[in-house]
Amino acid sequence: MAKHAGKTRVEAGENVWISVDVLMTHDICGPGTIGIFKEHFGKNARVWDPEKVVIIPDHYIYTADAKAHRNVDILREFVKEQGIRHFYNPGTETYKGVCHVALAEEGHTRPGEVLFGTDSHTCTAGAFGEFATGIGNTDAGFILGTGKLWVKVPQTMRFVFEGTLPPYLMAKDLILQVIGDIGVDGAVYRTMEFAGEGVHSLNIEERMTLCNMAIEAGGKNGVISVDQTTLDYVRARTSKPFEVVENDPGCRYYSTRTYDAKKLEPVVAKPHSPDRRALARELKGTAITRAYIGSCTGGKITDFIAGAKILKGRSVKAETFIVPATTEVAAKLRTEKIDGKSLFEIFTESGAKVGEASCAACLGGPKDTFGRLNGAEVCISTTNRNFPARMGSMESQVYLASPMTVAASAVTGKITDPREVMA
Amino acid sequence: MENKISGKVYVLGNDIDTDQIIPAHYLTYNPAIPEERKMFGKYALCGLPEASQGLPFGKIPFVEKDADRSGYKLIVAGKNFGCGSSREHAPLALQQSGIEAVVAEFYARIFFRNSVNGGYLIPFETPARLVEKFKTGEDVELDVRSGILKNKTQNTEFPLKPLGDILPILEAGDIFRYAGKK
Repeated sequence: MAKHAGKTRVEAGENVWISVDVLMTHDICGPGTIGIFKEHFGKNARVWDPEKVVIIPDHYIYTADAKAHRNVDILREFVKEQGIRHFYNPGTETYKGVCHVALAEEGHTRPGEVLFGTDSHTCTAGAFGEFATGIGNTDAGFILGTGKLWVKVPQTMRFVFEGTLPPYLMAKDLILQVIGDIGVDGAVYRTMEFAGEGVHSLNIEERMTLCNMAIEAGGKNGVISVDQTTLDYVRARTSKPFEVVENDPGCRYYSTRTYDAKKLEPVVAKPHSPDRRALARELKGTAITRAYIGSCTGGKITDFIAGAKILKGRSVKAETFIVPATTEVAAKLRTEKIDGKSLFEIFTESGAKVGEASCAACLGGPKDTFGRLNGAEVCISTTNRNFPARMGSMESQVYLASPMTVAASAVTGKITDPREVMA
Repeated sequence: MENKISGKVYVLGNDIDTDQIIPAHYLTYNPAIPEERKMFGKYALCGLPEASQGLPFGKIPFVEKDADRSGYKLIVAGKNFGCGSSREHAPLALQQSGIEAVVAEFYARIFFRNSVNGGYLIPFETPARLVEKFKTGEDVELDVRSGILKNKTQNTEFPLKPLGDILPILEAGDIFRYAGKK
């Protein structure tokens, strides 16, 4: 942060103006952001740096809603007018899907950088050792014109996972464990740093799941220090230079919590808050009517491989929706195989419905959204929020869990600890 | 910035998330278009479960059926107000509905930033929980500069936390005017 503020050091609590490396927006907040930018900088204003603006429509794509399409048209017009290259256009080959996963796949997440996005889950990119956080339209409009924003330097809460994860646990279990411990307001205004062997033995997608849900504890951002796994992923995706930033020696933490990964168990967050944690086995027998695997949190290829291992050769008892985060993940559903069968075949043979890449029903959306809860469904989902009516109807209930727990529950029609169905 | 805000209070509990403040299916309205901007006021807080609608009673709609705005001027809430998504439509919806200030124990940070930087409403923090000290529909008066909140119905008053760093931004109107002055 000091580097981006042009200073040698900054202290927690200080307000600083920092320069921005990447600003991301999408179809929900883009039109409002553009409106604010033009209102304040003029109708003919130019963005501060078209190379640093990334626009990824992802929320309301596969819907008949006319306003949703109008909003994407506003983005199309803006990128043309401003000469913005990094635009992932629905209905064309460049379309990607969920912005947080797309940012990583397209090489826009790089260590040591500052990334702001008009989406609270922008904190996902902290998995790459950068400062990444969500902002509103006004802040984004300000950045479009100036390339800068004021931020308060946060204190850091450290979460250390010792030992590697047993085969029935995923990053989702770790983060739901943490949120259950500290609450949905446990990290308000602070950075959540995830560390230890349990974190660094995870692949990059799992690390993204951890950082993604920092916001569910109120965190300003999540962060994981850079290692070879990070470097390998980023260098395969971009040739842009970057500078790795490490913790200052002897740095102070607001708090440190240490977990023994082997002692943790699969967990579930009950309706209607991500901190209402229970062990999956404690909820054994709770009937569900729907299972959902998708979103920026739970719709990456790692999530689908985990789900497919359990669904392979079995039939689902609850209506099950599979929503790949991006078109790249969707393509991998057809190429990634388990014992000669593609994930796509495994899912469809189990009776699950496979949708198109987008945010889909994670946040409800227009009534015709794929997988949306339109009535009194009880859903177990790999998404990140289970607030009242988050996935659609006020009558619905949502349980959050890992892709393994969701798949195991889909098979039995009841909330099920994945250990019960794992070979 | 007005110095006095007076009117009726609407009372809410903890962790009021932005999906409750403005559900996602209304986000297709574009706030940059004036006719669509108004719609956010109409649907403000329509995602509240019945039991949470106007404490301590519940089942008191924030915006009456067929109305475009709310009859309330100020919200008193508990912890972590505005948690969840980064949608600036949330403070915008409250502003469009007629809310001028919120008094909460503390806020989710993106909601807080959006409220201040966009100049939608004044997010006051209270040192002591006030949710149980107010009933929805009571008459209140807030003196913005002294930070004193009066419950005129019960004839009680409560000191709020000073606005501190955000006061100059609120006084300027929004972050653009504030940065322009600096």
